Amino acid sequence: MIETQSLCVSLGGAQVVHDIDLTVERGRLTALVGPNGAGKSTLLAALGRLVPPAAGAIRVDGTEIGRIPSPDLARRLAILRQNAVIAPRLSVADLVGFGRYPHSGGRLTAQDHDIVRDCLADLDLTDLAGRYLDTVSGGQRQRALIAMTLAQTPDALLLDEPLNNLDLSHVRRVMAVARARAETGAAVAVVLHDLTVAARHADHIVALKSGRVFASGPPEEVVTPEILSALYDTPLEVHDIAGKRVVLTV
Amino acid sequence: MTSTPAALCGLLALSLVSLAVGVGTLSADAEGLWLVAISRAPRTAAALLTGAGLAVAGVIMQMLARNRFVEPATAGTGQAAGLGLVAITLLAPAAALWLKMAGATAAALIGTAGFLALVRRLPPEAPLLVPLTGIVYGGILGAATTFLAFERDLMQYIDIWMNGEFSGVMLGRYEFLWISGALTALAFAYARRFTIAGMGEEASTGLGLDYRRIMALGLAIVSIVTAVTVVTVGLVPFVGLVVPNIVSRMRGDNLAATLPLVALSGAGLVLACDILGRVLRYPFEVPVGTILGVLGAAVFLWLLHARPARG
Amino acid sequence: MRGPPVAKPLVLAGLACALACGLFLTLGARGDWGFVLAFRGQKLAALLVVATSVAWSTIVFQTVTGNRILTPSIMGFDALYLLIQTALVFTLGGVGFAALGQRLQFGIETALMLGAALALFAALLRRSDDLGRLVLTGIVFGILFRSLSSLLNRLIDPSEFAVVQAASFARFNAVNTDLLWIAAATTTVCVALLARRSARLDVIALGRETAIGLGVDHDREARRAMALVAVLVSVSTALVGPVVFFGLLVSALAHAAAGTWRHAVLLPLAALISATVLVGSQTIFERVLALETSVAVVIEGLGGLVFLALVLKGAAR
Repeated sequence: MIETQSLCVSLGGAQVVHDIDLTVERGRLTALVGPNGAGKSTLLAALGRLVPPAAGAIRVDGTEIGRIPSPDLARRLAILRQNAVIAPRLSVADLVGFGRYPHSGGRLTAQDHDIVRDCLADLDLTDLAGRYLDTVSGGQRQRALIAMTLAQTPDALLLDEPLNNLDLSHVRRVMAVARARAETGAAVAVVLHDLTVAARHADHIVALKSGRVFASGPPEEVVTPEILSALYDTPLEVHDIAGKRVVLTV
Repeated sequence: MTSTPAALCGLLALSLVSLAVGVGTLSADAEGLWLVAISRAPRTAAALLTGAGLAVAGVIMQMLARNRFVEPATAGTGQAAGLGLVAITLLAPAAALWLKMAGATAAALIGTAGFLALVRRLPPEAPLLVPLTGIVYGGILGAATTFLAFERDLMQYIDIWMNGEFSGVMLGRYEFLWISGALTALAFAYARRFTIAGMGEEASTGLGLDYRRIMALGLAIVSIVTAVTVVTVGLVPFVGLVVPNIVSRMRGDNLAATLPLVALSGAGLVLACDILGRVLRYPFEVPVGTILGVLGAAVFLWLLHARPARG
Repeated sequence: MRGPPVAKPLVLAGLACALACGLFLTLGARGDWGFVLAFRGQKLAALLVVATSVAWSTIVFQTVTGNRILTPSIMGFDALYLLIQTALVFTLGGVGFAALGQRLQFGIETALMLGAALALFAALLRRSDDLGRLVLTGIVFGILFRSLSSLLNRLIDPSEFAVVQAASFARFNAVNTDLLWIAAATTTVCVALLARRSARLDVIALGRETAIGLGVDHDREARRAMALVAVLVSVSTALVGPVVFFGLLVSALAHAAAGTWRHAVLLPLAALISATVLVGSQTIFERVLALETSVAVVIEGLGGLVFLALVLKGAAR
């Protein structure tokens, strides 16, 4: 679905992503992991056309991303940024409704309303639908932003650290929703810092270090003590508990 | 949205009062009708158009600056319009009104764009620096205007332009305000897009909105409405600040739903203050700008220190 | 006590100030020198009083509030003084007010100012968690006071536009010389009292907790300093009208030139710089450029730019 070729991205004059070739495929949940400053968020922003490439190419279904009209792209691709700040005083339902803007131009149809309701329910927000964003907690606001991104019903869903501020039950819920989107054919890419969560939910893991791909492959190949210890420059253990990989710091 | 019809009714009542209140006594004969047609009705219309335009311009500016404490009259747009007006008056004293209007609009555009560029450089974690910068920026532009005007003996005009007043409004002297009315109506069509712009550039792009284009449109509406107001009736402070903030506390910022209430409340506020100005020191008039200066500053202080709205 | 590095800016500023004063007295003078010098001397004295009171009140205010972008004028003190003046006319009536005589008026206004400024200041600083909110509150209070003054003016004399107009900008060339001597005496007393406290002000500049730790009764000292600031602001506003950013301009220049926090240097240096700027620009505008009334406007514009520069540079954080 999204494919990069020798992608380089600069932020504020400094190049932070170097020469990356990767594919975010449909029907698969791709996790981007790596230490702080590895370029995960910048890479994701570039995949979501929020930051233009300094060199190389990004293609969405074979078309150069910059050549796709923005409204068109917004129907096919949705991105949630980390620490997104919403200044206007909106209710949770209003915010999620704006996710339908690319499809309806803001005049919500019955179908749009159904989608908004489903997305609210998916993120356990039904009871909070009428509350204003400035009166809900950080985790609730984060869920509202995720719901808004989901309401775009994109083919490519890009989430940057969506689990920030979330409690355990909602971590599970968000990852389950992301998986469900992947299983129904969407291409999903998620920046994650919890390696255990990545190993558990991802089909494909891309590990970044210093702006380059350090390792990539299915969780079984990437989530190993050798690769992760080298990735983070610190000893890490990987244990099998009931058939699931758990990553521990020593 | 029960309060929009209520606001509409209130506005109608205020308009009737406005038609009735003034120095001349109304009578049911031809002379009375003439007074209404030539003076009272235009004055009422001018107050309504000014209020609605400035309130909507205020809310748009708050979305563009992503800060709820800015408005055109206190963040440089009005002062820039005044500066442009003085500049045109100095360069071409005999210029037609529309030319002065164009000069004021151009200056307001540049001034507002300058403010938004300045604001982008402020740290996002200190939002109150934005209105602060706006007030000082407006003050500097005002100082430049005063400097020019002082030297060329234009001070009496400055007084007229910088302190809004409707006592001079008559048939044939306020019609430019309908431009402001038309732009206010145009803003309704773009209400959703302005709300999205208020979410920031990345969120706008993410939703497929051309952020630059909506910024440019908003800038144009804010600048033209403000410039037209300054040229026609003078600067009216705080409408664009007080009205959107109070509506936002009650109903939020989903402009598609709240913009009508913002426009109606702005129109009502300015008209009410104008009526107050007519009766406060009858038969003399207190300019609406003076009354709103007091009222608006007081409400601003309350907004600054009030707890955030709940619910 | 003063080493050479701090003496140098003082000497330079002193020379510049003397030069500005000399030019002000002599440039373009014609006719009877005795008359010219007496006439200009009186004006010069008034400008020096204003320059000193603005400089000292600003520096002391910034020390007590612990920042460099707040000034008494930005917090609306000047506008408050004008409001008190207008409110007195409003309550006593124009005739009753005039019957008080200028000195008594000044006395009453200053006393009211003292009370109002202290109350406002205490209320504001008690909740000064956020400097941005504090400054904005001050500025909006200034707008409120100015609007109230002009509203009262309209109510007092609805046909008179000049009153409102005169109140909106300082007039350095139309100094109220009737009040000169009482203003000079008041300023001298305040300056003497503050000068005696300069060492304590140094400690207060370190912050409330440190100051208390060093044995200074911070709250009492701060209150006293603020009372003196209120009186100084009354003096300058009574003489020339309100200034908003002039004090900020002076304090920024003084802090840059002094290179020290010691008030024994900072305060006199600020006064000298303030006098140089005020007298110098008055000379240039009045005598050289023959522009009559716009000195205040230019100084205010420059001060505003300094303010913006400070905010953008991050001094407000």
